Amino acid sequence: MTNVDLARVEFAFVTINHFFFVPITIGLAFLTALLQTAWVRTKRDEYLRLTRFFGTLLVINVAIGVVTGIVQEFQFGMNWGAYSRLVGNIFGAPLAMEGLAAFFLESTFLGLWLFGWDKLPRRVHLATIWAVSLGSVLSAAFIMAANSWMQHPVGYIMVNGKPQLNDIWAVFTNPVFVWGYAKVLLASLVTGAAVMLAVSAWQLRHGGERDVFTRSARIGLIVLVPAILFTMLVGDELGVIEARYQPMKIAAAEAQWTTCQPCSFSLFQIGGGKNDQTPTQIIEIPHLLSLLATNSWNGKVVGMTPLQQQYSKQYGPGNYVPNVFIQYWGMRVMAYLAVLVVLIGVWGLWLIRRKKLATSRVFLWVAIWGAVLPFLMNTAGWFLTESGRQPWIVQGIMLTKNGISPTLSTAWLWISLIAFVLLYGTLATVDLILMLRYSRKELPPPRADADADAPVPAVLY
Amino acid sequence: MSSLIPFWYIIITVLWTGFFILEGFDFGVGMLHSAVGGDEAGRRAAINTIGPLWDGNEVWLIVAGAGMFAAFPGWYATMFSAYNLALVLLLASLIVRGVAFEYRGKRDAARWRRTWDVLLIAGSVLAPLLIGVALAGLLHGLPINSAQNFTGSFWVLLQPYALWTGITLVLVCALHGATFLCLKTTGDMRERSWRLARRVAPFTCAFVIGFVIWTHVTAGRGFFLNLIELLAILAVLAAVWLVWDHHEGFAFAATAVTIASCIISIFADLYPNVMVSSTNPAYNLTVDNTASGGYSLKVMTVVVIIFLPVVLAYQTWTYYVFRRRVSKQEFQPPAPSSEAAPKPGPAPQPTSPPAAPGS
Repeated sequence: MTNVDLARVEFAFVTINHFFFVPITIGLAFLTALLQTAWVRTKRDEYLRLTRFFGTLLVINVAIGVVTGIVQEFQFGMNWGAYSRLVGNIFGAPLAMEGLAAFFLESTFLGLWLFGWDKLPRRVHLATIWAVSLGSVLSAAFIMAANSWMQHPVGYIMVNGKPQLNDIWAVFTNPVFVWGYAKVLLASLVTGAAVMLAVSAWQLRHGGERDVFTRSARIGLIVLVPAILFTMLVGDELGVIEARYQPMKIAAAEAQWTTCQPCSFSLFQIGGGKNDQTPTQIIEIPHLLSLLATNSWNGKVVGMTPLQQQYSKQYGPGNYVPNVFIQYWGMRVMAYLAVLVVLIGVWGLWLIRRKKLATSRVFLWVAIWGAVLPFLMNTAGWFLTESGRQPWIVQGIMLTKNGISPTLSTAWLWISLIAFVLLYGTLATVDLILMLRYSRKELPPPRADADADAPVPAVLY
Repeated sequence: MSSLIPFWYIIITVLWTGFFILEGFDFGVGMLHSAVGGDEAGRRAAINTIGPLWDGNEVWLIVAGAGMFAAFPGWYATMFSAYNLALVLLLASLIVRGVAFEYRGKRDAARWRRTWDVLLIAGSVLAPLLIGVALAGLLHGLPINSAQNFTGSFWVLLQPYALWTGITLVLVCALHGATFLCLKTTGDMRERSWRLARRVAPFTCAFVIGFVIWTHVTAGRGFFLNLIELLAILAVLAAVWLVWDHHEGFAFAATAVTIASCIISIFADLYPNVMVSSTNPAYNLTVDNTASGGYSLKVMTVVVIIFLPVVLAYQTWTYYVFRRRVSKQEFQPPAPSSEAAPKPGPAPQPTSPPAAPGS
């Protein structure tokens, strides 16, 4: 493997791992805040017990989300020095804003929330969990603005061959950012809700308190279904926008070598990779690709071959086609799993209506394993987005192979890659063990009515 | 417009200084928690003195890094690439430390907790050591070529001055943590904290004085110490005296000033360079040849002027909310006969931290 390959593998590895924890944090922080709000408003004890229960799961994940987040920030300088040097004045700005406006908020108020149960007035304490949720949501905004700039650079001028920021609002109104951010938030909500549903389902199957966990399972489902539907809608619009600014990404996602109009969507296909431009498409749905990529029945999708010719002319000779296999299947894994999540969600809602949610053992079993789906979906989506930008690190401005720190030795890259694999492997194992252990714990016991106004003890290390 | 460049150099200095004042005692508590705590209840009490605070404190490091990325991309790129492997180690120690806080109490098994204790101590020693080595390298000089790229090996980082600076920071953090524990604990833990502080103080003092003189000589700026360097020496002498004389609050203030003036000394002596090239002084990275464009700096200036005071305000409030001393009794396993007590109060169960609300 070349240095660039190694650095890319390392970045992909730490980022994919980081993004296991991020959506749980964003999703569960919001849901925990909802539960606590319900408790403060209704004073019903079961909401407090659920808040404490799911709050513990949240904290286990935030710990890893925060520390793996530091790695993310350091990666740009450690391995991608040339990239950082060239675009730091644009890309670094949202990162610094993220630290100042979001990380401080999230971390400081998480401490206040955890340790402040018995020290803060009830409503102030409620505000602290909302501040944590706000912090996590803001942090996603800044990092998505930075990432979207790499997909579709805006708000800059070229000075001596270097991009210089000249309009920060353009960076935050970048259409790729607006839609991509909405999608990340919704996908996080899907993830958090699926985890809440799965944990509740496990409890219901294993003799956990039926009333309380039926309630949390219902909350999970009621959030899950609209969230996944909106994720798909927003994802569709994002596809149209990407087709406009990164046509190669969408053409590769459909393994579309030649230009087509109208274009059909293949459910799956055999071949179509680098040296095979005439894939065998199985089950084609006419017009669907035109709809997905252009929002119109007869829209035109430019194929990879003409795009390759155009880019070679524009940017000089080279290969501008991303890995078609990753694009094609990244798209499909994401979309098909989303449909599966919708089906599970609708099934659950139907059971709620029939008042059979707590007793349908088959559904509960499916819901438990269903928690895996959002993680696979998220990962496939990131493969689609990031691999689809290749060979660019910043679309049209810098090639990935030119972004690496030029004097890094291969040995260093191997050492750091192995170190991160070992470290993250251990972390993920410990996290999983603890998540499972705490998901299977009994609920905290109910409080006597007389204690309803007594302070709730703090959570301590 | 260009006056924003020195302004941002000051902001970066402030962020690193803030990080060390705050996270410094977290490192110290991490190193000393077993020694001060004694038994399991004491260890938990020691960790809980920083429980609500450490995470917010660590963000100062993230913001310092991101601030460098935004304001001085060239500096960030060269420094982080040069320190690649050292940063892998630093990240590993920060990760292990952060996870140790969260996880050591999540299982009730002596071996599980011992393992995390050892990792917590190791991470807390290693982190300030590595950062010290890294900051000293900026001033001492590293092989950097005309294209601002680092050309050395890992071993080049381990110069005597850099190691001395690393050890100095470890000792200052230990003393800072000990004086913090004096302020935040009770009974025998407080006694042990004093004893430890008294034992560490002379070594810290010797190393700080050595560090200041060595820094001054490395920077090569005249014979007389500048004000910040002088302040570092005075502060550490004051800290020793205050520790021996049992002045709780003032001792902590003195260690805070010591740590701050040590960090500021490095940055003050470095300016206007940001990384010295040992290959050729003409290749030095300076604030001017690494800074972002004027527009970026303007945007970031507005952001920092709005948000830094807000952050300081709510972090100060956090310290106010958690101003109470942490006593070991809160972590003692409840006596078996006390179950009939009508109100158990805020004492959580000793072994599983997300304790149930009192029944």
